Amino acid sequence: MSAEFVQLSLTPILIGTLAAIACALPGNFLILRKQALIGDAISHVVLPGIVVAFLLTGTIAAVPMLIGAGAAAVVAVLLIEAIKRLGRIDPGAAMGVVFTALFAGGVLLLEQSDTSGVHLDVEHALMGSLESLIWLDATGWSSLTDPTALAHLPPELARIAVVAAAVIVLTWLFWRPLELTTFDEGFARTIGLPVTAIGFGLVVVAAVAAVAAFDAVGSIIVIAMFICPPAAARLMTDRLTVQVWWSVAFASLSAILGYILAGYGPLWIGLNDAVSAAGMVATVSGVILMLAALFGPRRSRVGEGKGGA
Amino acid sequence: MTELWQALTLQAGYNASLVALGAGLLGLSAGAAGSFMVLRKRALVSDAMAHSTLPGVGIAFLIMVSFGGEGRNLAGLLIGSAVTATLGLYLVDWISRRTRLAEDAAIGAVLSVFFGFGVVLLTVIQTMSAGRQAGLESFLLGSTAGMLFSDAVTIAGGGAIALAVIWLLRRPMTLVAFDAGFAQASGVNVRQTDLAMMALVMGVTVIGLKFVGLILIVALLIIPAVTARFWTNRAEALLWIAAGVGGASGYIGAAVSASAPDLPTGPIIVLIAAAIFVFSMFFAPLRGVLYAVIRHQRFQERVHLRQGLLAMARSEPIHDKMTLRLLLRAGYIRADGVATKAGAAQAAKAARDERRWTTARQVHHDSAQTGRYDGLTPIESVFTPDEIALFDEHLAGAPRS
Repeated sequence: MSAEFVQLSLTPILIGTLAAIACALPGNFLILRKQALIGDAISHVVLPGIVVAFLLTGTIAAVPMLIGAGAAAVVAVLLIEAIKRLGRIDPGAAMGVVFTALFAGGVLLLEQSDTSGVHLDVEHALMGSLESLIWLDATGWSSLTDPTALAHLPPELARIAVVAAAVIVLTWLFWRPLELTTFDEGFARTIGLPVTAIGFGLVVVAAVAAVAAFDAVGSIIVIAMFICPPAAARLMTDRLTVQVWWSVAFASLSAILGYILAGYGPLWIGLNDAVSAAGMVATVSGVILMLAALFGPRRSRVGEGKGGA
Repeated sequence: MTELWQALTLQAGYNASLVALGAGLLGLSAGAAGSFMVLRKRALVSDAMAHSTLPGVGIAFLIMVSFGGEGRNLAGLLIGSAVTATLGLYLVDWISRRTRLAEDAAIGAVLSVFFGFGVVLLTVIQTMSAGRQAGLESFLLGSTAGMLFSDAVTIAGGGAIALAVIWLLRRPMTLVAFDAGFAQASGVNVRQTDLAMMALVMGVTVIGLKFVGLILIVALLIIPAVTARFWTNRAEALLWIAAGVGGASGYIGAAVSASAPDLPTGPIIVLIAAAIFVFSMFFAPLRGVLYAVIRHQRFQERVHLRQGLLAMARSEPIHDKMTLRLLLRAGYIRADGVATKAGAAQAAKAARDERRWTTARQVHHDSAQTGRYDGLTPIESVFTPDEIALFDEHLAGAPRS
């Protein structure tokens, strides 16, 4: 059991948890800035970014993928701004135009190009394949100290670990400016903070987190990681620091519980096959959000009664 | 190329023709229904609704199989998808009204969680013996390959009903979408009209699942309406232009997709709509970028020409290069900068009209008319000849009593 766990479940759980945390951290700020749907838009445009990067370089190495997806996110944000200004259209509609068109382009490119040699297909891109990120060389917990086994860890683990660490460090470094620009943009501007640049940086970090998580959970379920844990955390507390900790806890819980339920849950109720882990992670995060919306101590708006209006 | 031409002219076989017509009809109703959502600034609510259809498709399949049915019955799957889409819509509404979360967070949460749960159900179905060939994945990105005649009829019929509803309710819906407060004051039931609008979008989403797929159907709702916005400022015209753009995208997209392999229907339809959008953004006469640039340039030229003429009338030297070029082109000055006969006359007229305006502001009582002075509007287009004659008498210093 334990050898099998290390081999089949340890790495997916780690990858899922790190991906969830990497997305939830920027998600906190996106939600407070009422830009939750930027996360939605980004996770859709990651696909064309990755496909174009693959077509240009011919590999699915980490760095070109990250650059491609980051560039796609920046292009999408610029396009949304441009359409909003030129057409005087409301942001939601401008966003809807841009991300659907780019996503459609990505799917078409993917179908047209020969990606049979690499692990890149439409279904995987949409739903992710967390359960395929296994550690075949492991023989048990002792493998954690065995350099030859460690050398064959799935490369996705190292990638998401680096990205998660970078997101954590960046959040810690830019905590004050992020906090200030999120809550009082006018004040932040008067004390000389580069408000636009900080907003843009947040979007780029979210894009990088999205592409790293893309491997694990696919482009749609990434949105759940961006929005559900921070949204649930927002219903628990009024303090940003506390909210961020809650969101990390909820993200980890969703990832771990979701993976276990997907892998072992069907066996408990007598079915033979596991179900989609990424889908289950999203489902669990949704259940957590639902519980927070029903029972969270800070669920209603300021000025309304505890039970909501 | 010939295949594409055949598909466009309905000569690529009976089934392909039916599919193209169905997609066109779907695009028509999606474009029209979507313009209400876009005007009401709720465009992305329909995205949450579209993604929420996935678990419904899965549940309907499971139910139909457990009752010994075929499981792939399109009408049954669509009813299931409508049920969960309604639930998703209700949850978006509930979260944004009852908790402190904003509507955008509610949309994102519902969209991704319902989709995730739908994926779980899909993996359950794939492992069932009845589910191996279910082809439910085609609901993600749309597919017209292997579409049955009865499927096409279901979709075409749904599209026709949606169009009829739009036609019947176009007045109250346009009113509510454009100005909900005014609609309420004139006796339209806003809540009910909103519900009808949502039901309509839901219908279009559900029948669009098979063609465009649930991930991209929102594009067919939003892009035509946003495209139409570049062509008109009138709500009713917007509705029909959006319907036209949607219909054209659906029809051409289905035809292109049928003409070659590896051209998934949904993305192709969306990309054609996006191409029409980009074209409109640049070239639409009303709000297109190109025409805005041209209008701005013309305005700039008129201002410079006017300033140049006034400077000539006051015998001041002109240094601005653009003004000199414009005066030269109009034949008002010679290449060496000396005024021509026509130029001198125009300059005198400009200066006289300027004095007439000054007088007009002093003696005329209708500020709505004198307020139209902007230095560019010719005085003849605002006042009648006898009014202008009156100003001239004032200027001459001998007003009629």
